[in-house]
Amino acid sequence: MSTWDWQVFCKDTIDGKIVPSCFGSGGDITYLDWLLSAWGWTLSVSALALLVALLLGSLMGILRTTPHRGLVLLGNAWTELFRNIPLLVQIFLWYHVVPALIPPLRSVPSFILVVLGLGLFTSARISEQVRAGIQSLAGGQRMAGLAMGFTLPQTYRHVLLPMAYRIIIPPLTSESMNIIKNSSVAFAVSISELTLFALQAQEETSRGIEVYLAVTGLYFVSAFAINRAMLFVENRVRVPGMIGGGGH
Amino acid sequence: MLALDFSFLTPAVISGYVVKGFIFSLQLTLIAMLGGVVLGTLLALMRLSGRPWLVMPAAGYVNTMRSIPLVMVILWFFLLIPLVIGRPLGAEISAIITFTLFEAAYYSEIMRAGIQSISRGQVAAGYALGMSYRQTMGLIVLPQAFRNMLPVLLTQTIILFQDTSLVYAIGAYDLLKGFEIAGKNFNRPVETYLVAAVLYFAISFSLSLLVKKLQQRIAIVR
Amino acid sequence: MPMIEMKNVSKWYGTFQVLAECSTQVEKGEVIVVCGPSGSGKSTLIKCVNGLEPFQQGEILVNDISVGDPKTNLPKLRARVGMVFQHFELFPHMTITENLSIAQIKVLGRSRDEATERGLKLLERVGLKEQAAKHPGQLSGGQQQRVAIARALSMDPICMLFDEPTSALDPEMINEVLDVMVELAQEGMTMMVVTHEMGFARKVAHRVVFMDQGRIVEDDAKEAFFGSPRSERAQQFLSKILHH
Repeated sequence: MSTWDWQVFCKDTIDGKIVPSCFGSGGDITYLDWLLSAWGWTLSVSALALLVALLLGSLMGILRTTPHRGLVLLGNAWTELFRNIPLLVQIFLWYHVVPALIPPLRSVPSFILVVLGLGLFTSARISEQVRAGIQSLAGGQRMAGLAMGFTLPQTYRHVLLPMAYRIIIPPLTSESMNIIKNSSVAFAVSISELTLFALQAQEETSRGIEVYLAVTGLYFVSAFAINRAMLFVENRVRVPGMIGGGGH
Repeated sequence: MLALDFSFLTPAVISGYVVKGFIFSLQLTLIAMLGGVVLGTLLALMRLSGRPWLVMPAAGYVNTMRSIPLVMVILWFFLLIPLVIGRPLGAEISAIITFTLFEAAYYSEIMRAGIQSISRGQVAAGYALGMSYRQTMGLIVLPQAFRNMLPVLLTQTIILFQDTSLVYAIGAYDLLKGFEIAGKNFNRPVETYLVAAVLYFAISFSLSLLVKKLQQRIAIVR
Repeated sequence: MPMIEMKNVSKWYGTFQVLAECSTQVEKGEVIVVCGPSGSGKSTLIKCVNGLEPFQQGEILVNDISVGDPKTNLPKLRARVGMVFQHFELFPHMTITENLSIAQIKVLGRSRDEATERGLKLLERVGLKEQAAKHPGQLSGGQQQRVAIARALSMDPICMLFDEPTSALDPEMINEVLDVMVELAQEGMTMMVVTHEMGFARKVAHRVVFMDQGRIVEDDAKEAFFGSPRSERAQQFLSKILHH
């Protein structure tokens, strides 16, 4: 195999000349500039999609544990719908189909559409975890809350959810790491994130291995950072006298 | 509001564009599942062997695969396989190799959990009957682990089936690609993506219902 | 007017009848013990009193308010009925002090200071003042159940329901909980207690209700029940439990 050529990242993206500082100036950019901006897109898509997924996934997961049949059905249908269509197909639906069917959405930037697509896909998985977390608390906790005179929303707010979220931190951690990995499908609708950078820079420079290694490394670093952050959170909210985060 | 028109999706169009891709998606799923389970079981046995020179490479392989986006793995193999074997390889073959090796990492985690769920007493009982390690594993532990984990293995396979759509990255001709090309040729992309989504949903959802049924049956037999 | 009045309460799970025409009442200041073999419906019956379990037929009045009436404000009713569970059901993520004050603050609208003060007073009463800053997981089962009783009392209940309060406890911890309950009874608290602790029943109960297969088979004054229960099932049950 040929020798390494890491200088490829210092090349200007237009004329291919090596820039001494490795960073472009005056509007010209190097591959390193491009790589870092692609990383930024990956992180932005992931962070916003995670926010969408946590909000909607929690809501749907909670609905599935209420005593109201209609709400349970809504939560179940939501979860099955977004879980059983491949992510890439969902992204295409958001990008090609939804704006065609709902004209006002035509002016929405594709970045937002991808965030929605990835967020709703992930919300189905988070809904599963939230539901499982709530159901893992013995039914007695719900009764104890109600017996104290709490309304059902108060019982969720003060009794069930604080424990359920502590219990599901580990699966939520892997879901947050998954969202970074899954954001790679955004390349298919031309979001300038890491995978699209990998594809295009590989083609332009013919230094595929160096380009892929750098991109793969950044995915690693991002996922690892999330892992550490969640461990920190897990330790912060640990309940004294309980092993792990709780449960019976 | 756009008027949807599905009339161009005649049997001839479907057999001309979609069937070929559908068959490849199924092939890819089945081969990667069978190969992945076999390789994954080997990886799991390596990780549980207690010998560092087996544990470390297996753990390293599994953890690496699991921390890279599948799309990047697909791109990596598409780039590397020709360098290793010295000649270019079709996107379809490359996809089959990639998915088999990639899924092995995920199946191995499932099999590891399955093997660990079998009590140590079962292993002891096998040895007490004079069985070798190979016999104890092959006749006692793995069949039980496999049976206990069958629903999880099948759930992973449903995910695998959905993930096969990612061969889009290297242009392999799969189910999604078939719809996409039909949509482009007839200038009806909205309809084709919708039908593709419905088809993927119908297959994945009915498989997941089957897995649920199976899970209940296993729970009863236990 | 009785504090708790049940009239012909029936309940089904699907086609399986768990409660069949149960009627009884608890007067103000009265202590009644509900006993019976497992699966007899006694836990279900007591959970119907504050509407934790719905029932399909009959009527339950607590302080003259109908539990089964859809117009009844159940949270408001439950706030006035204390309940102690078999598995304590303290809230594991809160300190003992928070466990004692949260419902006072959120349900009764008391100030945090007032609620904490009231909670700590009751904690002292059950002999656990020095545990205030701990979490439930750091306490023994007996201590947790005493906190649970204090938590129920913090709401100034008009009556108390106990659902097998000692059956999840190790034997050496049962008495510390029973002592608190006896004291409560002697102070005149209205209590409905599902338990197999016949010593407790002999000591403080006014009446004993015996249930079997979803029915109330005996409903007698304590002396009559322990003297000569009328039904064969109750006699069998008593001889089993007393010789255990």
